[in-house]
Amino acid sequence: MTRFLLRVFTVLVIAFLVLPVFVIVPLSFTSGTLLSLPTPGWSLRWYQDFIASDRWMLATENSLIVGAATALVATTLGTMAALGLFLGRFRMRGLLMAVLSAPLVVPAVITGVALYFAFARVGLNSTLAGLVLAHSLLALPFVVVTVSAALAGFDRTLLRAAASLGAPVHVIFIDVLAPLIAPAIASGALFAFAISFDELIVALFIAGPEQYTLPRQMLAGLREFLSPTICAAAVVLTAVSLLLLALTGLLRSRET
Amino acid sequence: MRARLLAACLLAPALLLVIGILIVPLFFDLAMAARDPELRDALPRTATLLGEWDGRGLPGEAAFASTAEELSQAEQEQRIGALAQRLNFQRAGLRALLLKTARADLAPPYHETMPALDARWGDPTVWLVLREARGPLTPLYLLRALDLDLTPSGDVAPVPLDQAIFRNLFLRTLWMSVVTTLLCLLIGYPVAYTLTTLSPRWARIGIGLVLVPFWISILVRTTAWLILLQRQGPVNAALQGLGLTGGPVQLIFTRFAVYLAMVHVLLPFVVLPLYGVMRRIDPVYLRAAASLGAPGWMRFVNVYLPMTLPGVAAGALIAFMLSVGFYITPALVGGPADQMVSAFIASYANETLNWGMAAALAALLLAMTALVVGAARLVVLPMPRGVG
Repeated sequence: MTRFLLRVFTVLVIAFLVLPVFVIVPLSFTSGTLLSLPTPGWSLRWYQDFIASDRWMLATENSLIVGAATALVATTLGTMAALGLFLGRFRMRGLLMAVLSAPLVVPAVITGVALYFAFARVGLNSTLAGLVLAHSLLALPFVVVTVSAALAGFDRTLLRAAASLGAPVHVIFIDVLAPLIAPAIASGALFAFAISFDELIVALFIAGPEQYTLPRQMLAGLREFLSPTICAAAVVLTAVSLLLLALTGLLRSRET
Repeated sequence: MRARLLAACLLAPALLLVIGILIVPLFFDLAMAARDPELRDALPRTATLLGEWDGRGLPGEAAFASTAEELSQAEQEQRIGALAQRLNFQRAGLRALLLKTARADLAPPYHETMPALDARWGDPTVWLVLREARGPLTPLYLLRALDLDLTPSGDVAPVPLDQAIFRNLFLRTLWMSVVTTLLCLLIGYPVAYTLTTLSPRWARIGIGLVLVPFWISILVRTTAWLILLQRQGPVNAALQGLGLTGGPVQLIFTRFAVYLAMVHVLLPFVVLPLYGVMRRIDPVYLRAAASLGAPGWMRFVNVYLPMTLPGVAAGALIAFMLSVGFYITPALVGGPADQMVSAFIASYANETLNWGMAAALAALLLAMTALVVGAARLVVLPMPRGVG
């Protein structure tokens, strides 16, 4: 009996977690102008509105550019850092990890203020490059943790074996290490893209109107008027997120 | 040794990024809570003269003269705004006084013409405020963030009750974070437990579903709540349809909506560590307890619960640390009385451009988080670590 009640409770909680988001789907296809259910009819007009709008298209373009660049930068730096932690076996490993995970611990608003200051000195506010650096900072810990987890299961004797056979460092990396941690690196890259694609608060501080990303543009829209175009944008954003989730799931099943 | 060097080179870029654009700027940012550069930047000579003044009565003609000259010069070079804001923050009305004086065509002797222009220049407390603002450091912002004020004589006093908002703000932030954390634990614990009782296949599906919201933008989820909870929204329609309420109930822009949206965001962060710990618990302990005659509740309280405490602590820590920093969710689904510290930091930084206040609130928020997390560690660590 207890077990049955627990299962019912769990199903309800999972429904609470998963279902609310889907209310935006029918509303994005409404033919009316109000966000009310049931919808008066179905149409694609809000998606047309989304595609026809310069602001939404600019935001989409910015989000894709910044997301891809963040994935590149954060994955490169994060993988290097994870390899460094693995190879170096530093005594201050705890401290190094604490520094690298600082972007996770500091509240986003405070990170936003700090970045604004840092970027004001070097002219990176209101630039896409600044946004990429900022998002790379936020995504870095995720990449380090993901790649480190893959390296934890790596047999160090393989490195020594390769070195004793005379393989130079870059060959050891490409032929021995890389194939084993490639899925983790790919997951890290997807994580980084997803984090950048969803990030709003830091963008609020350092992005000008020309650098608005999709979440930033959505917020601007939400503050003005809750229109079905926002739902269409939210559906696009969510579809990309779920696509990334499916891709990581695929990677994980490859790993095992 | 060569491996060490290589490892250090591999680590360097990531560390440089974090230290260069987060940790160092964070210290500069927090230092702004105590820095007081405006007066010495705008009126350098006056700052020195006021520093030499003993603070009794009115300052000498030299200070009057340099104030009048430097103010008019700063006004012409359009660099008076920051100082006007700084002084106006300490005492309302000083912005107008500064601008009026800067634009006036004054002639010596200034200790007569300035009070003639505006009687406030004959008020010693105005000069004491200027003297206090000469920098380089000030406790003003940190005091204000605690609802305290600096009197002209340099004492600390509580601000008038109608201006005291920050202590309440911090207590509210703390309270809302604790409530959210407890709600997440109360809901997440049975869910995580139930997932461990399922077959591996269903457990994986369950965990996958718990993780779905993790991947969906907080903004998208907040939009969903805005739609669901609005007056003509589906939730109100359902409540009325079931005959539970007569008319539409105010759901959106309430504390209830904030908790709902925050728990929705944070629940996956709590379920995951709980599930991780519970999955590793060997059921043999529970069977042993049962065979010794312990009833169900006793098996739970004395055997199962202590073994899951590391997961409870990890989940609670993550949930709490994330909730104290919440900004967008309360801003969009809450009312004015549901805003948390982050909203004020953002508004001081983005709207009123009062960096001193933004920095002071940020410093206190970080200190409060560290304090609570440190205290929680002290309480949790001495407990049995279970079998993990």
